[in-house]
Amino acid sequence: MDIPWDIIVIQTVNGIVTGMILALVASGLTLIFGIMDVVNFAHGELFMLGAYMGVIVLTTTGSFWLALVLAILIVALLGAAMQVITLRPLLGRDPLNTILATFGISLVLQNYALWQFGPVARKIQEPFTGQFSLFYLQYPWYRILIALLSAGIIGGLYLFLKYGRYGIWIRATTQDRVMAQAMGIPVPWVHTGVFALGAGMAAASGVLFGPLVGVNHAMGLDWVLKAFIVVVVGGMGNLGGSILAAIFISLLEAYASIWVSPSQAIIVSSVVLILTLLFRPTGLFVPTPK
Amino acid sequence: MSASDTSKQPLVAVEDIHTFYGKSHILNGVSLQVEAGEVVGLLGRNGVGKSTTLKTIMGLVSPSQGRVLFEGKPVSGMPSHKLARLGIGYVPEDRRIFKLLTVMENLRTGLDRDGVTEEKKKQLLDKAFSYFPRLGERRAQAGGTLSGGEQQMLAIARVMMLEPKIVLLDEPTEGLMPRMVSQIREIIDVLHQEGVAILLVEQNVPLTLAASQRVYFMEKGAVRHQALASSLTVNDPVIHQYLGV
Amino acid sequence: MSQISKRHSTVYWTGFSIIVVLLLLAPLVLPEFWRRFLTEILIWGLLAMSSDLLIGYTGMVSFGHSAFFGLGMYGAAAAILMVKPPNLWLAILYGLAGSAAVALFVAYFSTRLRDIYFAITTLIFSQIFYVIIFTWTEVTGGENGLSFPRPQLGIPGIYTTPFTSTTLHWFVLAAVVISYLLLRRITQSPFGMVLQSIRENEARTRAIGYPVERYKMVAVMLSGLFAGLAGVLYAVQNRFAAPDFVYFLISGEVVIFNVMGGIGTLLGPIVGAGFFLGLRELFSRLFPWLATTLNMPQIEQFPYLVPLGVIFILMVIFLPQGLLGFAKRWLNST
Repeated sequence: MDIPWDIIVIQTVNGIVTGMILALVASGLTLIFGIMDVVNFAHGELFMLGAYMGVIVLTTTGSFWLALVLAILIVALLGAAMQVITLRPLLGRDPLNTILATFGISLVLQNYALWQFGPVARKIQEPFTGQFSLFYLQYPWYRILIALLSAGIIGGLYLFLKYGRYGIWIRATTQDRVMAQAMGIPVPWVHTGVFALGAGMAAASGVLFGPLVGVNHAMGLDWVLKAFIVVVVGGMGNLGGSILAAIFISLLEAYASIWVSPSQAIIVSSVVLILTLLFRPTGLFVPTPK
Repeated sequence: MSASDTSKQPLVAVEDIHTFYGKSHILNGVSLQVEAGEVVGLLGRNGVGKSTTLKTIMGLVSPSQGRVLFEGKPVSGMPSHKLARLGIGYVPEDRRIFKLLTVMENLRTGLDRDGVTEEKKKQLLDKAFSYFPRLGERRAQAGGTLSGGEQQMLAIARVMMLEPKIVLLDEPTEGLMPRMVSQIREIIDVLHQEGVAILLVEQNVPLTLAASQRVYFMEKGAVRHQALASSLTVNDPVIHQYLGV
Repeated sequence: MSQISKRHSTVYWTGFSIIVVLLLLAPLVLPEFWRRFLTEILIWGLLAMSSDLLIGYTGMVSFGHSAFFGLGMYGAAAAILMVKPPNLWLAILYGLAGSAAVALFVAYFSTRLRDIYFAITTLIFSQIFYVIIFTWTEVTGGENGLSFPRPQLGIPGIYTTPFTSTTLHWFVLAAVVISYLLLRRITQSPFGMVLQSIRENEARTRAIGYPVERYKMVAVMLSGLFAGLAGVLYAVQNRFAAPDFVYFLISGEVVIFNVMGGIGTLLGPIVGAGFFLGLRELFSRLFPWLATTLNMPQIEQFPYLVPLGVIFILMVIFLPQGLLGFAKRWLNST
């Protein structure tokens, strides 16, 4: 069989690029789940709103980087407001309640965006065009930038969590919320902060990914599904696991789309999900607990 | 320090607390006081509600009736993190150190407060490591890798980083070797000398009587009796009444 | 375990009968649009009711009911398109078979999972089926779906007559009422008691000795069957099947009906469906009217899901027991 090496390499690069964005989205999701047991159905909409904020700032100021920064800040604030208004009252209740509340929020945000921005997709212009030759393709540098930036942001998150006073607060709260509070850590605010952090990361993904596809109100849906698969496969609450899972699944899908259509590629990730749930339900990359 | 000194208010006052776990009426009218700098013991059989009393003071459990006062001000219903910042430290029964954080990071959860200078932090750390040299040796190790006794030390050291006015100690000697029990006794004395009040829940009667000034006895969810520790011996009929099988 | 006093029981059945009679008479007095609206409420209500068996009684939140519904729809479509002349009962049979097959698949893989994992997995499964139906254009008509004629009421070979809008409504009503009574029987049976015990404390139920997984699987299959029936009814009423109905948003709406109406009440979901669809009609008309009255043309297209979503969120926070749950509590306290 004649192995199409050039296509495989191209798809590998594509897979890693998409994987890094997915990792960025999924890290926010898994962080939020790990620390407060909240399954944030509205995460895809935070991604979408980030992209739209990016569009608005870009058209008004012409600067992609400003758009990125402002989108992150605005959506982070929005996320904090969301958490304070709708999720704090639900603290201590059945987890079903938060799933439903965030699902409701996602419907509201999606439809609001549809009305506010209309059904026609918007475009975010890349900060620079410019391509290099990858086999027979002209591969955009921008895509490489996305991967690097996402990795950078995730790396920054890791450092923040490991060192720094607030990182310790977050990790302590994740491990033992009650005891963290008894040590004077203001847990309700840690929750809000982490939610804002996750929201900001989703927004960043939205802006970074924007130039690759059109920005429209429904763009969050596919991402949230994939992100959920990644979070479960990676081990819920496991940051490192979700990153690995994101890349793993994106690579598989990238390879699969050599042979099947992209919309069917989701079946690949779903199969991975099923297998994980059957055999390693705590996560594919997590050592089996005793 | 006389227990009947009413010219200043007690540091902590618990007034007729009733607490429920679901439908269980665990605390049935608990009242007690701890003066500033006092070591007070809380004795009673398993299940009478001693731990729940501490948890209620610490705000981990909300009373359905009654009040908790700190320095004369009502604090029942306040979230625990505010109480910790006011000066109430809590060392729970199962220690509950942050297993995935290092010893140093565990201590930092108490150290990283507003208004504490870097110098002060260093002072507090040095103090902790001088009392607990083993912790100093293991400062970069994850809390979960420490032995039971070391975890107990860490739990106490951690609370000391808060510079609390009162420490709620829940069964600190449980499961510890005799050598460590005497170490606990020393720590209690040290804290007492520094003017920190202690409310000590213990099954170890000799330790409690030796370390405390006053002792309360609980039975079936209420405080039934109090006495000066100096007036009691280990074989006192009172002890048998509230702790005997 | 609730004990309905004799008085409550009489009140309940009297009220129930009155409502059924009203629903029977409705198509005779209502204009076609509202008749159809009522029938749709019944169908969605049946779907939500099937979901309540899982959510309210077994404690398993499923986001996969769109798959059962969709397969019921497509199954009926298959029967109608493949067997001439279109046979109503065959449509029901095929639809139930289709949804049962999907239910078996879902049940096998997900009943070992708890809570969130189960919810997410059912969601992913419904998306898998969506993708399959969406892309397998030769069989399912892909994006455009399938359209087909409405089968006739009656027994082919003996007596058939085309459905009128009234008889169709009555047929749906009969199906829903029978389903309700069956589900009610099931939830009050020993089997139902075990399900509720699983919801209360799964570990304890397992410790007592019940094969929890098997109970869960049966619950999922039963739930899938009734959901599939709803799909068949929808197909018969509307004469088309489309992949949109398998999209997970439909599952989400079903869960919304459940919560709005009241989890664990069986009738609550039907009330919830009515409430939701009623509000949808209200808002769909309100904004265009406001747009003209206030001369603000931009709000004419304001999506109904925004205020509806907000109401839903408020209900989750402040009225988690749903409308019927709230009514029950209020009744019990009088």
